[in-house]
Amino acid sequence: MRITQGQFSFLPDLTDEQIAKQVQYAIEKGWAVNIEFTDDPHPRNSYWEMWGLPMFDIKDAAAVVSELQACRKVYSGRYYIRISAFDATHGWESLRMSFIVDRPAEEPGFDLERQEVDGRNIRYTTRPYATNKPSGQRYS
Amino acid sequence: MSDKSETVKGEDRYKAGVMSYKKMGYWEPDYQPKETDLIALFRVTPQDGVDPIEASAAVAGESSTATWTVVWTDRLTASEKYRAKCYRVDPVPNAPGSYFAYIAYDLDLFEGGSISNLTASIIGNVFGFKPLKALRLEDMRLPVAYVKTFDGPPAGIIVERERLDKFGRPLLGATVKPKLGLSGRNYGRVVYEALKGGLDFTKDDENINSQPFMHWRERFLYCMEAVNKAQAETGEIKGSYLNITAGTMEEMYKRAEYAKELGSCIVMIDLVIGYVAIQSISKWARDNNMLLHLHRAGHSTYTRQKSHGVSFRVISKWMRLAGVDHIHAGTVVGKLEGDPLTTAGYYDILREDFVPQNLEHGVFFDQPWASLGKVMPVASGGIHAGQMHQLIHYLGEDVVLQFGGGTIGHPYGIQAGATANRVALEAMIFARNEGRDYLAEGPQILKDAAKTCTPLRQALDTWGEVTFDYTSTDTPDFVPTPTAS
Repeated sequence: MRITQGQFSFLPDLTDEQIAKQVQYAIEKGWAVNIEFTDDPHPRNSYWEMWGLPMFDIKDAAAVVSELQACRKVYSGRYYIRISAFDATHGWESLRMSFIVDRPAEEPGFDLERQEVDGRNIRYTTRPYATNKPSGQRYS
Repeated sequence: MSDKSETVKGEDRYKAGVMSYKKMGYWEPDYQPKETDLIALFRVTPQDGVDPIEASAAVAGESSTATWTVVWTDRLTASEKYRAKCYRVDPVPNAPGSYFAYIAYDLDLFEGGSISNLTASIIGNVFGFKPLKALRLEDMRLPVAYVKTFDGPPAGIIVERERLDKFGRPLLGATVKPKLGLSGRNYGRVVYEALKGGLDFTKDDENINSQPFMHWRERFLYCMEAVNKAQAETGEIKGSYLNITAGTMEEMYKRAEYAKELGSCIVMIDLVIGYVAIQSISKWARDNNMLLHLHRAGHSTYTRQKSHGVSFRVISKWMRLAGVDHIHAGTVVGKLEGDPLTTAGYYDILREDFVPQNLEHGVFFDQPWASLGKVMPVASGGIHAGQMHQLIHYLGEDVVLQFGGGTIGHPYGIQAGATANRVALEAMIFARNEGRDYLAEGPQILKDAAKTCTPLRQALDTWGEVTFDYTSTDTPDFVPTPTAS
């Protein structure tokens, strides 16, 4: 299965040139750009690992693309990598963009556990198959 | 329109008998509204032969302290403070016989945190007043001091996006169809297919509560099975607006608690439950980390006609105060009423922290929201993937685009319909961010995206040309005129 988190998961995988254009859009809006990675794609996993600090003062998307390439050298194929853009404007102070730019070749997806409780209720637990293994050994 | 104050002063003001409203002190053309005053703008259509200023003063009087005759008990109060004051009356452009009346109300006339109290004054008796042919509340300026007495939306746009982990694009939804008659099990099927196919939300319709064909518990159970299964199939957070509208508040709380017990992230109510019920369930939603969706069922009975009723921009302001996270606010391009400029005014009122006066959008006053949460507008009714460029152009990014028929009516099934909508949306946002003229190039952008997405091609083949092009009844009164150079 293909995890569809982020803005552009329903489109074909983005090229570096396409990524650069999206990043340039964020930069021109004055947003900080962040690269994050994880091998726990649970939909409620808010805190992916940060590849350095968010880039607050860059002018050119090329800087982000070169950081992304460095991140890929370490994690590509074994981790999800996403780019996000943060808007510090009063009244927003949150993300404005978030999209996946790299994903493991094989995505086994999620197990949905159902625990039947009283009154026909079911307690649901979503568990990525990958997280049965320790972090770092999940996708290879 | 200028006229002098005719207010009678001193003991003559309190002689028993009937006195015109403008003589009683409800017309004060020199009055300067205070920063803390609430201001209402009414469209007043007096009966033939009735002086527009007297009619407007009567509106001020009947919506504040006046009755039909002088009463001596006014003298036991600081009555000049409590009188609403009409301070300006303008003829409506291009509408002979109608007038815009500006009326200021002292803050002390209102109980904080109560839409019911506000509306009992402002739209209480006065709309049936005999000397008027018609009356419409067009807009209100709510002072910060008053705004701060409300909690506003339980989550608001930003917190909702953070909870859902969805940024940088409109959210996508669909209302389950047919709206009546499906069993719980079949209903959940539609929810699952739509969510798995790529939508973020599905929605109960306004009149789906607990009927013989489907008890509400059945719907909730099957919807949550569908939501959880779709989440596991996509790795994305999904939701389904469970409509908890019921006959009594007690029953609504019961349904809300059950939705919470099942793990739903959102519940839904209808506007027809009333202002008190909306505020009560808003508090409940805030206490229980639940998003609150409001369907504006019934609003067109009083918002649509320009001559009489309450403008939807006022309802939008009241609902932002009352505290809902979502409200249906028009599509511009779909099947329901919605002039583009007027709709832009509603969207600004719901989403901005400061809304400047903009007569072309029908917004008569600067409105500061003082950091009150933002409401996500919902566009629903007769929209489809082929309109994606127009929807984003008119409605922006912070909106739920709701494709009911446009998802479920797809010739190759509900999942295909959902995927078509999601691909169209992502492709359009992607093109916009790349700097393309997406409005002009929209049809081409969609065609290109359809090359790698068969469901989108099928959707465009089915609905590509469908439009709903009718004249709006509720349009701004002020149009830009070219300045002489």
